Amino acid sequence: MKITDDSPPVLSALDRPNSYIGRSLPRPNLQRLTQGRGQYVSDVTLPRMAHVAFVRSPHAHARIKSIAADAAKKAPGVIAVVAGAELAKVMTPWVGVLTHLKGLKSAPQFPIAVDRACWQGEAVCAVVARTRALAEDACELVEVTYEELPAVTDPETALDAKTPVIHSALGDNLCFERKLDVGAVDKAFAESDAVVETTFMFGRHTGVTTEPRAVVADWNAGEQRMTVYHGTQAPHMMQNLFAKHLDLAEHQVRVLTKDVGGSFGIKVHTYADEMATVALSKLLKRPVKFVADRIESFVTDIHARDHRIKAKIGVNNDGSITAFEIDDLTGIGPYSVYPRTSGIEANQVVNLTGGPYTCPNYRAQARVVFQNKNVMCQYRAVGHPIAVAVTEGLVDLAAAKIGMDPLEIRRRNLIADDAYPTQLAAGLKFEKLSHHESLAHLDSMMNYAGLRAEQKKLRQQGICRGIGFASFIEVTNPSAAFYGVGGARITSQDGATVRLDAQGAIIVHSGVTEQGQGAEAVLAQCVATSFGVSIDKVRVVTGDTDHTPYGGGTWASRAAGIGGEAAWQAGKALRGNVLAVAASILQAKPEEFDIRNGIVVDKVKGTERLPLDELARVAYFRPDTLPPGFQAELMATRHYVPRAWPFAFTNGIQASYLEVDTDTGFVKLLKHWCVEDCGTIINPQLVDEQIRGGVVQGIGAALFEQCLYDERGQMFNGNMADYLVPMAVEMPDIECGHVVSPTADSEFGAKGAGEAGTAGAPACVMNAINDALRPLGAKALTDMPFTPDKILRALGKV
Amino acid sequence: MIDFALDISLTVNGEPVPERVEARKTLVDFLREDLCLTGSHVGCEHGVCGACTVRVNGEIVRGCLMLAVQCDGAKIETIEGLSDSGEVADLQTAFEQRNALQCGYCTPGMIAAAQDLLKRGGVPSRDEIREHLSGNYCRCTGYHAIVDAVESVAQARAGGKA
Repeated sequence: MKITDDSPPVLSALDRPNSYIGRSLPRPNLQRLTQGRGQYVSDVTLPRMAHVAFVRSPHAHARIKSIAADAAKKAPGVIAVVAGAELAKVMTPWVGVLTHLKGLKSAPQFPIAVDRACWQGEAVCAVVARTRALAEDACELVEVTYEELPAVTDPETALDAKTPVIHSALGDNLCFERKLDVGAVDKAFAESDAVVETTFMFGRHTGVTTEPRAVVADWNAGEQRMTVYHGTQAPHMMQNLFAKHLDLAEHQVRVLTKDVGGSFGIKVHTYADEMATVALSKLLKRPVKFVADRIESFVTDIHARDHRIKAKIGVNNDGSITAFEIDDLTGIGPYSVYPRTSGIEANQVVNLTGGPYTCPNYRAQARVVFQNKNVMCQYRAVGHPIAVAVTEGLVDLAAAKIGMDPLEIRRRNLIADDAYPTQLAAGLKFEKLSHHESLAHLDSMMNYAGLRAEQKKLRQQGICRGIGFASFIEVTNPSAAFYGVGGARITSQDGATVRLDAQGAIIVHSGVTEQGQGAEAVLAQCVATSFGVSIDKVRVVTGDTDHTPYGGGTWASRAAGIGGEAAWQAGKALRGNVLAVAASILQAKPEEFDIRNGIVVDKVKGTERLPLDELARVAYFRPDTLPPGFQAELMATRHYVPRAWPFAFTNGIQASYLEVDTDTGFVKLLKHWCVEDCGTIINPQLVDEQIRGGVVQGIGAALFEQCLYDERGQMFNGNMADYLVPMAVEMPDIECGHVVSPTADSEFGAKGAGEAGTAGAPACVMNAINDALRPLGAKALTDMPFTPDKILRALGKV
Repeated sequence: MIDFALDISLTVNGEPVPERVEARKTLVDFLREDLCLTGSHVGCEHGVCGACTVRVNGEIVRGCLMLAVQCDGAKIETIEGLSDSGEVADLQTAFEQRNALQCGYCTPGMIAAAQDLLKRGGVPSRDEIREHLSGNYCRCTGYHAIVDAVESVAQARAGGKA
């Protein structure tokens, strides 16, 4: 039985009776999921509900000359066939720009293509029918005549004069560009003992949520209200967008999010087919359901990470890193995705490259170009896996060049643990990080010296093993600096409302959402602790814009750090209110009491004075017995937003140990380690599982996952047999360790943990493969994913 | 073709089910849409991800690769039935305690596949568990916790101590 934690519980000054902080409690909402009693949007059925299927463009770029729908309209079960122009009368188009990403531009995007399809898979016509199968049958009968247009598919030539401009109104195919030049980069390279240059390639990949995107929209003409059951990470953001583009007031839209079958950043964007489904419900005045099938997921769920980065590092023989330089080129599809834009990923690459190190000289250029492929946008750890792979890949190449141990070169360049607060050359501000303590912890946890000895011994027997490292930083707990300042209605604050029910239990409503990461467990732990009640008396409600406080939902590792702090403060506020009631009943002062285990007690002696169910009975049913003028307030709301720092950066380091079969090119992952610092740990088990899950998604990027397109913009591996994701048998056990540097921005001190694993794992696996192959004279591999053919090519075997 | 329906009679979670079903309908769509047994999930729709894993006549199958009409006379067990009978109660508890699920979408299929391994008896190694569960994709956990949970149940069932 291994149901224990890797790390001892972290108890903090927050400990009081009923302290659940730092304890690995099981999540309260799991039983319904293990019993198959969850409610995912794909499970939702409503009276009069119709199903929509979409006719999608088979071309990457084509003019829509005509759509003949007569046969489809007459097909069995068909309710409506609706093309782009008709739906555009119901819903306005959108443009994915943010004002703080200066110069970022995009074109208006419609729920269904009007006149022109800009990628393979873009919806050109909707068929609504009694069942999904009947809708798909009728889709076959819709005859669309296309005039194929030249497809822009290669980012390298997207800006050439000869290349067609996808949106002529924009003038060129450049979506966004950013340049940064700090310190004296040229001078630093000129004076370095060694300079290493290479090009990193990252495979375009996607989230592959096991439940595809799903939405059920229900326009009730009698109420003039739109209810949307939506598998989303940001219900309030979607409420705003549905309302805005249907010309409704926000209060006319209710977004309900119950169980969501995987998100990872995929489900935090505006998707044309989901917007179309909502518009169709308005048009048809009845519930309409859309669930993407798997091929639709592959060609319309946002893709990410399609970057080519030319990179350079300067280093001296003592290991000191003198300069970093990167030139990033990324192709994002035909539109910047609304409302978060497709400029953020490249922007993050520029921000984060070199992030763990004290290096004063840094030059970066990033260009984001349009192409006729599916759109790219923010997927788990946005930009981090790229920036970390570039940085850590360069650091390893530099170490190899000067003959230094990879852990030693990091030790010599990582920002010192006592240097905080500090600011990076690129402008990032760090409150408190723990790179060196993390590295030391990792060193001993993995027995680095022992592994090196084993590697050496096995190499003599012809077994080729490698060890790779990746230090990283992670953006968490974003303030308004992320989106709000750019004009997007994406809130960075979050709220919690807590209420004492009539039997002394607590109901929590929160604006963050549960995507499976354990947000509801963490919120319950926060409230139970700060209020003073046993956790089984706390019920958490999320994902309902009619009832929860206005909040941002789940993204950028914010649920625990921001939503948890709001819940903690709300629990404290309710505690104060309850003690006021107790004081009035017991005719004493509130400060003489405490709440422990659901009972009002004497603060000093701990003597039980009043159980909460009795207090609630008096307050709710016999308020006439309370002193005149006293009003019990058994509900309290608190909000929180980080103010002192734009982001609460976390840090950590990962290591990978693997074996390469030099005959087949297969990589066997033997073990993976991650030490990270997410500040106060509320639930160690949940943090570890976020790390592990994140690591495996990062390993997928390193070894398997890639959306393969041909030169005509056709994705040709859009199914789960050809697009590989990690399977159980290929994955290693993953050991987690922690260093704790709480943020002082909140009382609680928690930072995020959801993306650290994904941020560091690809770099770490890449470095381990190169560590394994370097003695064999192989050229360093820098082109993810590292498939067997690439490894054999590096070895000169094919 | 869409008019082509057949009468079938089968047992689902111990209950007799006489239904008329479209010939083209998959077993998992039949379970979810016609019988409202939404615990079986649809992930890849072509037999790769395992989210639709159910038991037919004692063997686990992909509900998306079998047609409902092929199940005439069969005995079907879904996660709802496995839960009600208590057969997988220890696995469910271990998954909950070990946080061997996050979004939970793969979990009913994962539990059915794990039970298929464990009912063969003995205590499989971690590698054997990983091998057996490789037809069931999980995008959330990274599998480590799932392997822990299944291993702990195997040990407990074998009478060993954790």
